[in-house]
Amino acid sequence: MKHILCVLIAIFALSAPAGAVDPDEILKDPALEERARVISKDVRCVVCQNQSIDDSNSGIAKKMRVLVRDRITKGDTNQQVIDYLVSRYGDFVLLNPPVKAKTAILWFGPAGMIVLGLFGIIFYYRRRSKETAATTGASPLSADEKNRIDALMNEKGSET
Amino acid sequence: MTSQRYLFLLPLVVFCIIAIYFGVGLTKDPSRLDDDILTNQPMGHFNLIPIEGRTEGLSIDDVKGKVSLVNFFGSWCVACLQEHPFLLELKETRTIDVPVYGVDWDEKNPKDVVRWLKRHGDPYTKIGVDVDGSTIIDWGITGAPETFVVDKKGIIRYKHIGPISPSSWASTIWPLIVELRKE
Repeated sequence: MKHILCVLIAIFALSAPAGAVDPDEILKDPALEERARVISKDVRCVVCQNQSIDDSNSGIAKKMRVLVRDRITKGDTNQQVIDYLVSRYGDFVLLNPPVKAKTAILWFGPAGMIVLGLFGIIFYYRRRSKETAATTGASPLSADEKNRIDALMNEKGSET
Repeated sequence: MTSQRYLFLLPLVVFCIIAIYFGVGLTKDPSRLDDDILTNQPMGHFNLIPIEGRTEGLSIDDVKGKVSLVNFFGSWCVACLQEHPFLLELKETRTIDVPVYGVDWDEKNPKDVVRWLKRHGDPYTKIGVDVDGSTIIDWGITGAPETFVVDKKGIIRYKHIGPISPSSWASTIWPLIVELRKE
């Protein structure tokens, strides 16, 4: 029983999810294969839109996985492989859009909206506190009023 | 103070601007945003094997020297069949005289394309088979048919996705070919 449990744990906990990678695609060198997996996770399958080529079992995704492996085996760096694919398919092929002028709204828009909202809130409360101050016409307490408050406060304090 | 009276409308205005921006975005196909990325780029090197039963494949040198079309197709591709009669017509119209080079890809069985051409006719000047997919990736292919106009120097000048219709031929592709021949 214990053995079976160990095997099950090994199967489910220790094996990395293989995505759509076919056994015949896997490179012999584990270091290179690992790099291929890292690149593949960030490259969009161009016919399935929201899947990486690592996840997709479409024919074209398989071709791209093989090409990625072929290139790193021949000595390309990860960035060179990515740059090549972008030069053929455009930024669309990346699952993470790169930060540039064209995508600035995408990257900084949400933070910008929060900042704008915070300014709005600050502006609103500042104006409201000013307005209430103006309408109630609050002025410093006179000596008489201060004495009465002190007396009331002391009374409360002694009771408890 | 009067301008501040309408300040409560500001969120609505901001919402409308965002809604219009996203609304326009919905009409665009994200996979086509970078359609012209290869335009004005030279072709990458390729040297493709022939289809079964032939001796001549297709290499980059075949395509250079003359304004030509490079058509990516497959026997599995339904839209290619739709385009097929038009390509045959191009071949038969002597006055047009544009070589159409075929790149066949993603065949399950290499004999499929031979049968397909036998049954439907062969509109191509030369055909090469992209076995490993390296050429289709080099041309940024996402489906079939896709057709490129290549100038005399071997520079890609236009990419057409989907079947060539008589109207897209008349309005875009043919005028471009005429223009490129003058270069």
